Amino acid sequence: MPGGAERVLRRRIGTVKNTKKITRAMELIAATRVARAQQRANAARPYAEQLTGVIENLAAAGADVDHPLLRQVENPQKVAFVVCAADRGLAGPYNSAVIRSAEREIQAHRSDGGEYRIISIGRKPKDYFTFRGYEIDTHFSGFTDNPTYEDARRVARRVRELFDSGEVDQVELVYTEFVSLGTQRPVVRRFLPLESTETVAAAGGGDATALAGYSFEPSPEGVLEDLLPQYVEARLFAALLDAAASEHANRQRAMKAATENAEELITKLAREMNRARQASITTEIMEIVGGAAALEEDDEVAA
Amino acid sequence: MAFAIEFVSPERILYSGEGTMVTARTRGGGDIAFLPGHEPFIGSLQTSEVKVTEVGGDLLRFAVRGGFVSVTGDKVTVLSDLAVPAGDIDAAAARADLEVADIALGVDDLDPFAIADKKWAELRLTLSGATVD
Repeated sequence: MPGGAERVLRRRIGTVKNTKKITRAMELIAATRVARAQQRANAARPYAEQLTGVIENLAAAGADVDHPLLRQVENPQKVAFVVCAADRGLAGPYNSAVIRSAEREIQAHRSDGGEYRIISIGRKPKDYFTFRGYEIDTHFSGFTDNPTYEDARRVARRVRELFDSGEVDQVELVYTEFVSLGTQRPVVRRFLPLESTETVAAAGGGDATALAGYSFEPSPEGVLEDLLPQYVEARLFAALLDAAASEHANRQRAMKAATENAEELITKLAREMNRARQASITTEIMEIVGGAAALEEDDEVAA
Repeated sequence: MAFAIEFVSPERILYSGEGTMVTARTRGGGDIAFLPGHEPFIGSLQTSEVKVTEVGGDLLRFAVRGGFVSVTGDKVTVLSDLAVPAGDIDAAAARADLEVADIALGVDDLDPFAIADKKWAELRLTLSGATVD
């Protein structure tokens, strides 16, 4: 039925247009959130730099301590994986990319006979690992798109509990690094034990004018002891901010693609609809012409 | 004489200005007052009050939950993951935190987190002008 086809197509175009409105809105929202996440990452930088600067000064002063956070274990068997992804989907390959790299690491570790713990940040990794029968040690969610320092502190507290008590010997952090607006990549980073102070200092990033002759109170070692936990939190916070910026950038790209697809689909459907309408008009004309011809024939027969 | 003073928190720079004196309490030590030209110094802070005397004589008070103070001749940087200007303290929130900490201490009176939380809550209450029960 020609008229029917046209009506069906018109309704589908309406649906796609609505979808496009939504994806377009999500794209714009994500775009502003990327900008804000980047601002927050920049605002967090002075603290991390100053902290690293203090470590550089401490290293220059020759401070090294036997801090629990520096405890190295030969051939660690018990490893915790902190998997940082998103609460929500609709962000292209963002979640699956992080989760895949985490799973690969966990599998590799398990096939070496090691024990694993999973600390999931975001609902997506939790759902995935639970569904696959992995055991989740601790789960955090509700802040992946806009993490605060307090969130980082909560996660860091749990991670340190595991590490300090010796329940795990090593902690790996799996998150998405925000390289630039166009590039984000999932990375697996050693989180604990920390490298020695010299390595942190050598890695740089601090703004220390490492002038010797600082005096320390209570002592270089005492300051270092207080500082390492802060350093752990600051690093985790930086990772969470990176992940948040990456999430928004991925969502923006995914929604942009969805909007473009919707536009394409609308053009295609509009074309089909026009063809259907043309077909029905042609049919009608044919009917009229046919009818008229039949009438003429009737007239001729009657004449 | 004055020096630059900066309060840096993990999320942003809280305060940046010029002052003539900073007083802080380091761990293992008492209150230390820094004046311009102080020798290079790095100290670990207690949960305590940090006072800044601005150029012109205004006194600013901050509650800090630990952190570090780094001093060079012409600059004082206070690094703290939690620092609040005295005027911005939410006394009701501090009181609520104190109650939670007391409950936790009732379960385990050596819980280091609860001890730290309690000290922080008490400091904020003191600085906000409210009385500590």
